[in-house]
Amino acid sequence: MTTNSNDAKIGGKTSIKAYREALNDAIREEMRRDPTVIVLGEEVSGGAGCDGQDDAYGGVFGVTKGLMPEFGRERVIDTPISEAAIIGAAAGAANNGLRPIAELMFFDFIGVSFDQIFNQAAKFRYMFGGKSKTPMVIRGTVGAGWRAGAQHSSILHSVVTHIPGLKVVMPSNAYDAKGLMVQAIRDEDPVIFLEHKVMYNNECEVPDEQYAIPFGEAAFPRQGKDVTIVAISNMVTHAIAAADILAKEGITCDVIDPRTVSPLDDEAILESVEVTGRLVVVDEGNPRCGLASDIAGIVAEKGFFSLRAPIRTVTAPHTPVPFAPELEDAYVPNVDKVLAAVRDVLGA
Amino acid sequence: MPYQEDFLLRAYRSMRTIREFEERCIKEFMGGNIPGFVHASNGQEAIAVAACIDLSDSDIIGSTHRGHGHCIAKGCDVGGMMKEVMGRSTGLCKGKGGSMHIADIDKGMLGANAIVGGGPPLVNGAALAAKTLGTKNVALSFNGDGSANQGTTMEAMNMAVVLQLPHIFIYENNGYAEGTAANYGLGCDSLTDRNAGFGMPAEYVDGNDFFATYDAIKVATQRARDGGGPTSIEAKCVRFDGHFIGDPQLYRGEDEVKNARKTEDCLKIFRARVIKEGWLKAATMNAIDKEIVAEIEKAVADGLAAPRPDPSTDLLSDVYSSY
Repeated sequence: MTTNSNDAKIGGKTSIKAYREALNDAIREEMRRDPTVIVLGEEVSGGAGCDGQDDAYGGVFGVTKGLMPEFGRERVIDTPISEAAIIGAAAGAANNGLRPIAELMFFDFIGVSFDQIFNQAAKFRYMFGGKSKTPMVIRGTVGAGWRAGAQHSSILHSVVTHIPGLKVVMPSNAYDAKGLMVQAIRDEDPVIFLEHKVMYNNECEVPDEQYAIPFGEAAFPRQGKDVTIVAISNMVTHAIAAADILAKEGITCDVIDPRTVSPLDDEAILESVEVTGRLVVVDEGNPRCGLASDIAGIVAEKGFFSLRAPIRTVTAPHTPVPFAPELEDAYVPNVDKVLAAVRDVLGA
Repeated sequence: MPYQEDFLLRAYRSMRTIREFEERCIKEFMGGNIPGFVHASNGQEAIAVAACIDLSDSDIIGSTHRGHGHCIAKGCDVGGMMKEVMGRSTGLCKGKGGSMHIADIDKGMLGANAIVGGGPPLVNGAALAAKTLGTKNVALSFNGDGSANQGTTMEAMNMAVVLQLPHIFIYENNGYAEGTAANYGLGCDSLTDRNAGFGMPAEYVDGNDFFATYDAIKVATQRARDGGGPTSIEAKCVRFDGHFIGDPQLYRGEDEVKNARKTEDCLKIFRARVIKEGWLKAATMNAIDKEIVAEIEKAVADGLAAPRPDPSTDLLSDVYSSY
């Protein structure tokens, strides 16, 4: 297990990088290293067939910018707006010698392509008796906060986490984004890689060299003994902020960022709850059949006798993501809600 | 004169309202008064109005992410629309939908749609309801050249033919699927030819020419009302703004939009035609322009003054019909 998501274990030179740049570096270096890595999706370069500039977008959030000029349109492929065909092509190519990185511009578009993911790519290996490999990455932007409305703001990690055969990765900072993307590309299974759209400009120190972070190993951005806070993706930001506020009051929180929700480092969570006896799970997803209830269920089942207070979950409500800023802000869990939950489990 | 004066005035007013609404949306978005992602349809007004001007509130349209024009053409209240895109509680969707989900079911406007290709299957459903209930209503889906390549769209086209649904598939071909050339994403030379391959009549029109577009859609709509099934209409047009407001549009050629505004502006083309034919006077249209500027000015002022939603009551409501 790692100690701190932001403590670079990797040697050598580091640079301050944004989440977006860290992802770009990871993909670029893997493409240089392995000629079978390709990128495909809608406007992963942009401007195809147009009179103006090539590489006009580099993905709608700029994550794949500059890859097409270096690797060409044969390896950085702008597709028609056809999500089912994009994901299907990635899955089929993965079974036949390539390592595709397919982009769903907004992960909400998974709906259009879902059969190719959950009935096809996810099940190949099991259905075919372990004889096939599907080394593909499906990248998508997730989450609320951009006032982008109900069909461009879903997070949906719980939907894909439910499906055996898929690995689900949700980095909360640039350091993890790079290392997890490298692992995702090198992994032999279909990986759903979810990038929170409010985090693209978030910076931290990132090693220049290429490194892979193994899946299923949590990070511990804050350590403490009073309460365990498990948070994922952008919720880690709020969990850390809450922990820092509480530390000034003498309350120490063990903040756990699972980094990958499938596989999940449940051992790390259980070990922490053994010490703290108290658990708060913070998740931007909807509450029913979600990651928060899943983690609460694991701890209730396997760590019940460690618990000194009922488990609390902090999630979005059971609604679609609203458009109006006031409603969206009320929808997404925030620092105040995390603080209230922590005080609640402490009986404070 | 082949068109009634009242019809021409309504057409002009509707097109001009869309233009003014979109241009103000761009201004208000850049000024920070409109949050989120907004896709403006200025330049494409003629198609929206030609398609909707003869429809009743019981005829249904399904729109795209670029849906403001379709809303206005279908008779949605511009004040309610402006409040909606500003995220106010008195907006058409109580501020819950925003620009990409703007809808007015009472006006037969089934909604803008933020999923490319999300609309055509739903519009098939509206057409199926009309056919099954024997209402003689029709349903129109607006599609882009981009959504033509979605499986959902192609499935809907095939099913509309199989079930002989009163569904007119309108393709606004503005040359760009977001920031990719339409002819890059289309594997064959002609979308119209491909659509004809589904087994429905398929027309190609100049969407900058209101009259050509109107005439073609009128035939298709009548055929659908008479039980003759679906039609595809591909209308060439120009998108004056970016894919979204704020799009730097690096993929577009130099002076492309500037030139298009001069020679391919559907409003200018309409005005030139009706003046040349002696159907309407410039002064009459100029007076309408002034009224519309004032109307949209008021919509913006009312929007900015409108109440914001209250999370304590509005966040959890409307998920289900009954709890």
